[in-house]
Amino acid sequence: MTTRIRVGWRASVGLTGDVLTALPVPLAFPLLIALYYGESVLPFAAAIAVSLALGAAFRSVQDPEEDLGPREAFLAVALIWFLVAAVGAIPFVVAGVGTVAHPMNAMFESMSGLTTTGATVLRDFSVHSRSVMMWRQVIQWLGGLGILILATAVLSEIGVGGAQLMESESQTKDVNKLTPKISQTARLIWGIYFGLTGLAVVVYFLLGLAVDPQMDLYNAVAHAFTSVATAGFSPEPHSVGAFHPLIQWAVVPFMVIGSTSFVLIYFAINGEPMRLLRNEEFHFYLGAMGTLASIVAVGLFLDPATTFGAEGTIRHAVFNVASIVTTTGYASTDYVLWAPAAKHMLFMGMFIGGMVGSTTCSIKSLRWLVALKTFRRNLFTAVHPESVRPVRISGKPVDERAIRDIYAYLLLSIIIFFLLAVVIVVDAERANVRVTEFEALGAAATTFLNIGPAFGDAGPYGTFASFPTTTRAVMIVLMWIGRIEIIPVLVLFTKAFWTS
Amino acid sequence: MHVVVIGAGEVGTSIAASLSSDHEVVVVDVDPDRAEQLKYEIDVLTIAGDGTTSEIQSAADVGRADMVIACTDDDQTNLVACGTAKTLGDGFTIARVKSTDFLRTWEGSNGAFGVDFMVCTDLLTAENIVRVIGLPAAIDVDPFASGLVQMAEFEIAEGSPVAGQTVSEADRFESLTFVGLFRDGELTIPRGDTGIAIGDRAVVIGSPESVQSFATDVAPDATPGRADEIVVVGGSEIGYQTARLLEERDFGPRLIERDPDRARWLAENLPDTVVMEHDATDTEFLSREHVDEADIVVSALGSDEQNLLVAVLAKRLGVDRVIAVVDSPDYVTVFEEIGIDIAINPRTVTAEEITRFTYESVAENIAVLENDQAEVLELELTEGCGLVGRPISEIVADTDARFVIGAITRAHELVTPRGDTVLRAGDHVILFVESDSVSAITSMA
Repeated sequence: MTTRIRVGWRASVGLTGDVLTALPVPLAFPLLIALYYGESVLPFAAAIAVSLALGAAFRSVQDPEEDLGPREAFLAVALIWFLVAAVGAIPFVVAGVGTVAHPMNAMFESMSGLTTTGATVLRDFSVHSRSVMMWRQVIQWLGGLGILILATAVLSEIGVGGAQLMESESQTKDVNKLTPKISQTARLIWGIYFGLTGLAVVVYFLLGLAVDPQMDLYNAVAHAFTSVATAGFSPEPHSVGAFHPLIQWAVVPFMVIGSTSFVLIYFAINGEPMRLLRNEEFHFYLGAMGTLASIVAVGLFLDPATTFGAEGTIRHAVFNVASIVTTTGYASTDYVLWAPAAKHMLFMGMFIGGMVGSTTCSIKSLRWLVALKTFRRNLFTAVHPESVRPVRISGKPVDERAIRDIYAYLLLSIIIFFLLAVVIVVDAERANVRVTEFEALGAAATTFLNIGPAFGDAGPYGTFASFPTTTRAVMIVLMWIGRIEIIPVLVLFTKAFWTS
Repeated sequence: MHVVVIGAGEVGTSIAASLSSDHEVVVVDVDPDRAEQLKYEIDVLTIAGDGTTSEIQSAADVGRADMVIACTDDDQTNLVACGTAKTLGDGFTIARVKSTDFLRTWEGSNGAFGVDFMVCTDLLTAENIVRVIGLPAAIDVDPFASGLVQMAEFEIAEGSPVAGQTVSEADRFESLTFVGLFRDGELTIPRGDTGIAIGDRAVVIGSPESVQSFATDVAPDATPGRADEIVVVGGSEIGYQTARLLEERDFGPRLIERDPDRARWLAENLPDTVVMEHDATDTEFLSREHVDEADIVVSALGSDEQNLLVAVLAKRLGVDRVIAVVDSPDYVTVFEEIGIDIAINPRTVTAEEITRFTYESVAENIAVLENDQAEVLELELTEGCGLVGRPISEIVADTDARFVIGAITRAHELVTPRGDTVLRAGDHVILFVESDSVSAITSMA
C-alpha cells in the first residue's frame, strides 16, 4: 500500500513556474548592458530561454483548485530559491570564462548571489565581461528582500497564500500587514527597497563625480544593488576598498538601512519615526555594532602592524564591522592581515545579523534579544519559582511558543554550523588543502549565515574556489537552507510533511 | 428632585436610602420580592420589572425624572437602562459599571451609551486602596474630575525636607499646583516666595502621580516608596487595577494569583509588577517569598472568607498594614475589629461616590478644608460663562476673589494651569477658593 501524498504540490510547482516565467525580466537588464558594451548576449538569451521553458512546463501542472497552505508554501519556497539559483547559474556557464565556467562553481556563485551571501569563486575579476559581472549584482538585488516578497508583489493572484509565503521565507510569524491586502504590503516594501536602491545609485554616482572617477555609473549601479540588499558582491576585486574613503563612508548607512526592518522604515517615512527609534531590536542591533566597532578600532590602534592613521583605523573598523554584522560582506581592506583579536571580533559579529523584516541574514538581533531576555527571566524564576514573567520586546510580551521556536532555531543553527565546520576541515584534509580550524569556522559561518567573505584563502580579497568541490557542494546546500532559515527545507525531509 | 434608581441591590438601596429624605425616589428591581421588601425598609416607591424596558421606565415616570441611576450588578443592563432613559426624557443618567473598557469608551466620547456620569466600581475601589496605601501622611485627600485630579493636604512635620524652603523651591513637580497654606489656622494663598515652616499645612492639587511624588518629598518616612514591599493578593479586576495604579505611581508591587491563565494575562499587562502564580493561603509559600516582611498587603480575592483568611494570616506573619476588600458591607466592622487595618467595600464606595455626586449640583464637587476656611470646587464651564475664553491671569486680575486654579481637565486630559492658559467651555476647573469668595466665583461660572 502506498501512502497518499497530502501536499498540494501542484500548487507549489505551479507557483514556481510563475516565478520562473517572470525571471526573464531581471535577466533582460544584463542583456541590455551586453548590448550597450557590444558583448555577447548569448549567456542571458540562453538563461531566458531555459527559464521560460521550465516555467511553462511547471505551470502546465498547476491545479487552480489547490490552495497555498503552509505546507505548499514551504515546498514552493524551497523550490523557487533552488531553481532561480540554478537558472541564475546558466549565464556563467554559457559565458564560459574563468573559474565560474564550471557548472558547480557557477551554481555556487549563483546561489551565493541569490542568497545574498556574497562568497565568490572568481579568481580573476578582469577576464569577465561587464554584463556577466552585472548579472552577479542583479541576482543579489533580487535575493536581497526575498524573491518571494517580490513574487507576492507582482503576482496578483497569490492573494492569501502570499502571507504564508512571506512567513515561510523569513520564518517570522509577525508579517506585519501594512495594508489589508498582502500584495499591496509587498508592493509597498518593494517600493521602499527600490527607492533606497535608487538613492544609493545617486549618492554613489555623485560622490564618484566629485572624488573618484572609478565610481562611474556602472559601478554606482552595481554597488547600489548589493549594498541595500546587504549582499556583498562587487565587480571590483578589492571590493569597496577600491574606492575613495568618502565613498566607503557613504556605503555604511546603506548597509545599515538595509538591515533595518522595512516595516519600521515604512512607518518612519510615514511620520511615525518613534516606532523605529523606540524599537528594542533596533537599539540592540546598533549597540552591538557600535560596541564591536569600538573594540576593533582599539585593537587596530594597539596593533603596530596596521598603519591606517586615525581616520583610516576608525573607517576600517566601522566599515568592516558594519559589513559583517549586516551580513553584507563588503571589505574596505583585507582584514585577513589584521591582528587575531580584531579578526575574532569580526568572527563574533558574523552571528549577530540585523533586524527581522530586513534584507539581512544570519541569526538576527531579535532572536538574540529574546534569547538573552529569556535567559535573564530564567535566572529570576530560579529564585522565584512561582513568578510569571513574560519576556517583553519593546514592551510587548513575546509568545512562549515563539520563544521555544527561537531556542530550537538557535540550537539547530549551531549544530549545522559545527557540522559544516567539521565537513570543511575533514574534506580539506582529504583533498590536501591547507585550512586551519579558525578558517573552517569562519567559512562555515559565512556561508551558512549568508555573510560572504571569511578568513584565510576565503578572505575578502580571496576566493572560495580553493575549497574542494565536495565542500563547495555542501556549501551550496547550506547557503540555500540558511537563507530561507532552515525550516522550509528541513520539513521537506520529514514524513509528516508529505503524508497526513 | 424626581430620582429613578434601577437596581435594588446594596448599592441601589444605599443610594435610595440616603436620597429618600429629601427627594422623590422610585426604585425599580426585577425581583418582585425585593421590591416588596424595600417598600417597608425605606420611604420610596418601588416597581417590580425589567428596568431596561421603556414600559417599566414609563411606569417609573422616567420622562419626568431629574436623575436616573442605573446600579444593578450587570454592566450591560445599566448601559441599556441609561440608553432607554434618554429616549424617554432628559434626566441626568448615572451608570454603574465594572468593566473599565466601558469606562474608557465613555470617557473617549461624551455621552456614549446615553450615560452622563459613569462610575466604575472596581476602578473606584482600586483608587481608594491606592490612595490609602500611597498617602498615609495626608490629612485629607479628595479625587476630582473622575480621578484625574487629586487634592491633598499635608502637615509639614519636623525633619521634612521642604520645611524652610520657599514654595517655588518645594514645587518641583510637573502638573502640581501649590494652592494653599494654613499656618496656625490662618490661610495664606501662597506665592512663589512664601516660606514653608514646620507645622504648616500645605494643600496641593494635581495629578495623582505628582501628588504622590510630593508626598514622598514632604514625608519620606511615612510615604511608601519603590523600596517598600507592597503585595497584592488576588488578580481580580480590583487587584489588577490596584497594581496598575500602583505602577503609575512608581511602585513595583507583587501580585499573587492562583489561576495560571489569569496570572499570565496579568503579567503581560503589568510590566512593573512581579506576578506569582500560587495559592496565597499557603503559609510556606508566603514565608518563602518573604511576604511576612512586606510593608503593605492588599487582599483582593474573590470571596470575603478568603480575604479574611489572607488578611489574618498576613497580620499574624507580621505585616505592618493590611488592607482587605470586603464584599459584604456587614463584614466591614468585623474585619476592622479583628485588627485588619482597613476594610474597603466596593459597594459602599460606589454608593458613596454616586450619592456624593447627587448631593452636589450636577457639575460641582466640593471639599471643605480647615473648619470651612477654604473650599475646593470643581466647575464644569459652560458656553458663555464669565470664565470662558479668557486667560487665567486676566481672570485673577479682574476679581477681588481669593482663589487659585489648581488643575484643569479638558476632554479627560489634565491641563496644568499657567497664567496664559485660556479656559474653554467644557473644561473642568478645580479651584481652591477662600470660603468668603465662593459665591463670587460660582456667580462667574
